[in-house]
Amino acid sequence: MAWLRRNVVVILGLLVLGYILLPNIVVMVFSFNKPTGRYNYEWNHFSLDAWLDPCGSPGMCEALGLSIWVAVVASLVSTVIGTMAAFALGRYRFRGRASTNLLVFLPMATPEVVMGSSLLTLFVAMGMQSGQTTILIAHILFTLSFVVTTVKARVASLDPALEQAAADLYATPSQAFWKVTFPLVAPGIGAGALLAFALSFDDYIVTNFNAGATTVTFPMYVWGAAQRGTPVQINVIGTVMFLGAVGIVGIAQAIGARKRKAD
Amino acid sequence: MSETATRKASGELRLVELVRTYDEFVAVDGIDLDVPAGSFFALLGPSGCGKTTTLRMVAGLETPTAGRIFLGPNDITNTRAHQRRVNTVFQSYALFPHLNIIDNVGFGLRQLKVDNWKPKAMAALELVKLADRAKQKPRQLSGGMQQRVALARAIVNEPEVLLLDEPLGALDLQLRREMQIELKRIQSEVGITFIHVTHDQEEAMTMADTIAVMRAGRIEQLGAPSDLYDRPATPFVANFLGQSNLLPFAIDGQTGGLVKALSHGHTFLVRPDQLPSGVLEGLQLGIRPEKLRLVSSSDRTLTNRMDGVVSDVSFTGVATTYLVRMPWDQEITVTQPNDGSNRARLGEQVTLGWDPHHSFVVGAS
Amino acid sequence: MAFAVPSRGARRTAKARRGFATPLILLAPALLWLIVFFIVPTISLASQSLQTGDIDNGYVLTWHFQNYADALSRYWSQFARSFGYAAIATIGTLILGYPLAWFIAHRSGRFKTMLLVLVVAPFFTNFLIRTLAWLIILTDSGPVTAFFRATGLTNLLQAVGLTDNNSLLFSHFAVISGLIYNFLPFMVLPLYSSIERLDLRLVDAAGDLYANGWNKFWKVIWPLSLPGVVSGTLLTFIPASGDYINSKLLGNTQTVMIGQVIDSQFLRVLNYPLAAALSFILMISIIVLVGAYVRAAGTEELV
Repeated sequence: MAWLRRNVVVILGLLVLGYILLPNIVVMVFSFNKPTGRYNYEWNHFSLDAWLDPCGSPGMCEALGLSIWVAVVASLVSTVIGTMAAFALGRYRFRGRASTNLLVFLPMATPEVVMGSSLLTLFVAMGMQSGQTTILIAHILFTLSFVVTTVKARVASLDPALEQAAADLYATPSQAFWKVTFPLVAPGIGAGALLAFALSFDDYIVTNFNAGATTVTFPMYVWGAAQRGTPVQINVIGTVMFLGAVGIVGIAQAIGARKRKAD
Repeated sequence: MSETATRKASGELRLVELVRTYDEFVAVDGIDLDVPAGSFFALLGPSGCGKTTTLRMVAGLETPTAGRIFLGPNDITNTRAHQRRVNTVFQSYALFPHLNIIDNVGFGLRQLKVDNWKPKAMAALELVKLADRAKQKPRQLSGGMQQRVALARAIVNEPEVLLLDEPLGALDLQLRREMQIELKRIQSEVGITFIHVTHDQEEAMTMADTIAVMRAGRIEQLGAPSDLYDRPATPFVANFLGQSNLLPFAIDGQTGGLVKALSHGHTFLVRPDQLPSGVLEGLQLGIRPEKLRLVSSSDRTLTNRMDGVVSDVSFTGVATTYLVRMPWDQEITVTQPNDGSNRARLGEQVTLGWDPHHSFVVGAS
Repeated sequence: MAFAVPSRGARRTAKARRGFATPLILLAPALLWLIVFFIVPTISLASQSLQTGDIDNGYVLTWHFQNYADALSRYWSQFARSFGYAAIATIGTLILGYPLAWFIAHRSGRFKTMLLVLVVAPFFTNFLIRTLAWLIILTDSGPVTAFFRATGLTNLLQAVGLTDNNSLLFSHFAVISGLIYNFLPFMVLPLYSSIERLDLRLVDAAGDLYANGWNKFWKVIWPLSLPGVVSGTLLTFIPASGDYINSKLLGNTQTVMIGQVIDSQFLRVLNYPLAAALSFILMISIIVLVGAYVRAAGTEELV
């Protein structure tokens, strides 16, 4: 009983973690399924077919390629301009700073369906053709605020004495920035970029409003598949992305741990 | 002249009419100061007295509102931090967390494009006895070690002036004592002018050869530690450096080469050379607690005497401190060394005596 | 916007020298983006919501406030349902997220980073794929439904009206579970960062001062974790109230959320003014709710 009292938070935590991971496990298991009909919802029997032919579902890999391209470009642009803004907001005091902070916060407080539809009305009003450009514009917009917020927190937590110490040790302002400030803010910039990539890669709602009829991103492809029949290949992609993310972070952790040990 | 001597000679710092204001607030209110080359100089004062602002102006991290700063013969008022041969040991140490210890120490040398920076940085680490930690990151070191790294990182550049901003503030008492001695040793070894900002009077007195006591943006008094302690010029200095019992008095003639001071119905004798010239109003007689003696009422060796009742006794081992309530309700602090001197109990009627040579006089606040 | 006066502070002098233009230059691209693609579209949306006309003959701004009345009278139940679902889902993520965040922060030892990665990693599998997986998990013939039936939980859920037909899928329950699942990491991460910073000695101190288990939580732990609770609930509530993926994939005609209506009015019915009015009502309601909530929680500095 005392043991239970002490460990109740551990047990609950593990159960909740199981809840978070359960769908991923199901996705993984069903990537080895050979479904009987068009929908991959019922277990039939084990098969490697989908893994051996990941692009076997027509149009899926094109959609995946487009999503990766959009996510790379959008996260790159929003990381650059978001980082610049984060520096301005994190270390300068100027009139209008509070309203700028609010302006950065608002897109995060706007439901995707509102943001998607308002962009659509703008593009319609401007007579702009929906397609890759409009998707990019939208993705840069909704990832931007997350980058600014993430990087700004890092900039604000930086001890101003560090940059002063650099100046005191004969570094010019630009040297102080590149040798001290930037390396210290870099993890925040990396986190912001990763978040932007993930948000962009995963977005369906905003994209669906601004993609037009012929441009199909991976989430749009999955959505379409859910209406017409789900190919096993989407489970393969889902599994690869999940294991890839866990693997990359795991390797980075292991390297970091070894480096710390070596020191 | 040798190379070191040249550097020493130019390590003289001169502040002229230095002022720094923030909007309405005057942080530094016209400071004139000469710091001779090679000295260990302390700026002492309570927080908010402008000592750190003064230091930051010397470092180039703050711009003076008015006044000039000279380093040796050069006016450096308008040069920027990275152009000044001045280095700072920051209060928070400000070690670069992403660089290891040797890279932290070598940072300035590499900026200055010094050839062969690594052996020099190692030598500086050896000076602070941390050569074996060169490859570690700052967060792996204790506070005291970080403090020494910050010191090594500053002195390795052989600056003309080294600024220390409350460098021992974050350390515990034991470590602080050790570092005080260590800093003093390093200063005499490298011969650089040290300017040390602190609010700790004991720290300032232990290390510095000259102390400037600051208050509200101005320098209240300047001098050697023993001068400031034995002859404080103002009530503020008298109480900021150690503790003082102050008795207001009026001059009441002379006797036997000494001045008669009338205070609370008592006549005390004061040396005339202690009276501030020209000031006749608001004079106060100051006696340090350890200069007072508990004497028997029949003992006439000490001419200055007053009676009171012991209202508090605290024993600290090396000494006993008494609070003695005077008939005019003032509590006088008396410290008696634990060397067989007279003792008293709580509530006991006692007589306090002191030698006229052991008191001082301050003007009005 | 003017950028003239930098305020007081230690950093001031080093920066002020470079002139007041620096922050403006740094901000310019992001500001431009936010103004052109967020402020302008929002105004355009507002204007659209007051127009009349149709897709073939074009729309004219006629200040037709009737659009709002129509939107509210026809879809008030979807609005109410969306905010209700979002509120329940937010409370659900908070209840589930708190023990997990505490476990990771204080009880996971050297597995801390790994567990954090496992919380975030599902993001990298498309959320639609993961939501579709719930179709498999909650299916009538699956073990979860069997367990719910065996323990009588199905009857309980049915009694409170969250499910029907003795099954779990395509019900209020399924939609809310999907929302909780999808937004749980958004709750866990901010909670984690608040709870991790919490000094456990304070809890001991509370115990020393005669607080019982409940009071330790309620008087010490909870107030100190409030910043994480506030940002976690916002990060959950806002997107959940606009979401319609869960209701569309896991729900039925009785679970339609407002996002679904906006989506179909814009993209299928092509009634732009009505759709814009719906969007605008949703946005304003959220801003009002969030504003009131933030004020009540007493944390003004959120971002």
